[in-house]
Amino acid sequence: MRVDGKPEGLRQSMSWLHTWSGLLLGWLLYAVFFTGTLSFFRNEITDWMRPELHQSVPDAGTAQRGLDAMQAIAPKATTWTLSLPNERQTAIEASWREPGAATGRAGTLRTTLDAGTGEQLQPRETRGGSFLYRFHFELYAMPRIWGRWIVGFATMLMLVAIISGVITHKKIFSDFFTFRPRKGQRSWLDAHNATAVLALPFHLVITFSGLVLLMNMLMPWGVQTAYNGDSNAYFSELRGNRQAQPGAANANGPREGGRASRQANADADADANTPVVMAAVGPMMDAALQQWPAHGVGSITVNAPGTARATVELREGGGSSLVNRGTASTLLFDGVTGEPRQAPEAAAISWPRATSNVVSSLHLGRFAEPLVRWLLFLSGVVGTIMAATGMVIWVVKRLPERRKLGRTPYGHRLVEVLNVGAIAGLSVATASFFWFNRLLPAELLGRSDWEIRGFFTVWALCLLHPMLRPHRQAWREQMLVATVLFALLPVLNGLSGGASLLQTVAHGQWSIAGFDLMMLALAALHGWVLWWLARSKPTATPAARKTAAPAKPAASDAGLLAPHAAGAAVMEQQP
Amino acid sequence: MQTAVNHPPAASLLGYRARVASRAVAAIGGGYALAAASAAAGAVGFQAFGMARVDATMTATMLAFVVYAIAAMWAFGCATALRAWLGIALPAGTLALIAWVLAPGAAA
Repeated sequence: MRVDGKPEGLRQSMSWLHTWSGLLLGWLLYAVFFTGTLSFFRNEITDWMRPELHQSVPDAGTAQRGLDAMQAIAPKATTWTLSLPNERQTAIEASWREPGAATGRAGTLRTTLDAGTGEQLQPRETRGGSFLYRFHFELYAMPRIWGRWIVGFATMLMLVAIISGVITHKKIFSDFFTFRPRKGQRSWLDAHNATAVLALPFHLVITFSGLVLLMNMLMPWGVQTAYNGDSNAYFSELRGNRQAQPGAANANGPREGGRASRQANADADADANTPVVMAAVGPMMDAALQQWPAHGVGSITVNAPGTARATVELREGGGSSLVNRGTASTLLFDGVTGEPRQAPEAAAISWPRATSNVVSSLHLGRFAEPLVRWLLFLSGVVGTIMAATGMVIWVVKRLPERRKLGRTPYGHRLVEVLNVGAIAGLSVATASFFWFNRLLPAELLGRSDWEIRGFFTVWALCLLHPMLRPHRQAWREQMLVATVLFALLPVLNGLSGGASLLQTVAHGQWSIAGFDLMMLALAALHGWVLWWLARSKPTATPAARKTAAPAKPAASDAGLLAPHAAGAAVMEQQP
Repeated sequence: MQTAVNHPPAASLLGYRARVASRAVAAIGGGYALAAASAAAGAVGFQAFGMARVDATMTATMLAFVVYAIAAMWAFGCATALRAWLGIALPAGTLALIAWVLAPGAAA
């Protein structure tokens, strides 16, 4: 849009839309992208943040050990579910339900078992990676429905920003192969374009699928119309015409209801049975390993344990079906004889449902093999960099205007401060979150809340700090802090009860080793930015200084990204 | 990526801001109304083409986000604010009418 109201071409108006839709919720989207990217490694983060689990090393006897432990802990339970250790999890996560327990999550009891000994572990209280995961789509400290609406709206703007960005860049592919370093604004634009185009399919899919995941909340009007507002009927048909479950109509979709009904049936059956000895799980595991040599067994569910009706269901590790929401294949055994049983057939799935499942599975990384997960993570990093460079461009682009004015307009300064606080500050806050995890006393009352309070306090300080410091200085200081905090985390891990990098690599505990290595990579990335900031020359060119002679220090020093002499000349030739 | 660096008189700046605000309302509010109407119309309309109810609903809901994005770009892309409003209001009204006529138990 032009101030003088004259008509403009489509590319110009799309460029305008791209700039403003990107900027207005850019800081929020940056945070969503950043925390969402880390969420691809949510299990690993949670493992790292519970150093009490680090000594748990699985072996061949782990499954039997877990079931024996459950026999001692919850002999009367109606179901046991053991999630077995794998490359993303170091201990056994066990849950069970007592007879007559409330349906859904409320009635489920949980514990953590050492994979090597079967002992119950008492990990410190932490939200772990779940905090970052939850924050990335429902924020924090507000009703979660508000958070989801805010993030949903920002995601909608992100979709607009992506599409208008594609329209703006007519030479999208030649742009991708163009990088002109150390040319000020040009370089920033090139970096923004390259990161945007590099992962464009990822950006489109992750944004659209984010909306699809929230669609029952954001866009309920199709269900309202076709089902007369009966969303339970919709979710019931979605599951393939099984009976409708009350309470299934949540934003998470229809998953909870089915689980509850299975458990309710199990509750009723278990009471009528007398105790019997269960078959050993070892042969079942062997049979399953032959079936799934690549992934092995992910989890074991025992229904009606210790009764004549007992069944053992083994689920393949790492769900492989993209179409069916990452549902894994299962094997069913008789719990007493150990004989295999016929598992129920999965219903066929229609293409719209398949489409929705594929996009949501992609977003959640549900199916992902380690390699794919790393690709998703790297795409997320690229997207995060794209968002950051986009917001920095807004400032860099306006440096000539600022020089002409000889002062820094209030709005420009605001964007600068928010850029530092949102981009560098989030890194500092995230690193601090991990530090608080180890520095707060393990038995502190409500300690998971204190970790989160620490995160937000540090982030708030990082928003205050650039108000008090020159722009460029603020970037450098926060980048330095982030680099140091990330780099020392693996050291802190070894010193504060966790398994050190040497030990985890030796034992093949990749969930913990992977976190430490990722922190070193993040330190390297932030360190590189810091080095680059120190190297590139500050402030404006002599020519520009002459024209803006009475410039206040704040205005000239604002040139965080001010170009070199050569770059400035290029920029002035091509405004 | 042209931005006007020169500063126009206050009155025209005010007018500019009003036009941006008008288009923003058209994009955000109007775009949502259009998307909602398209989700509703699609959920019942696709069934007329032989789609199962649940599939029609899901397809229409997913498409609604695409509709929203296009509506937002239309609001800022077309020549005048009036045209922006018309281009969103007319299809929204039409789709709402379709949804209303085809909705189970509503018109019958």
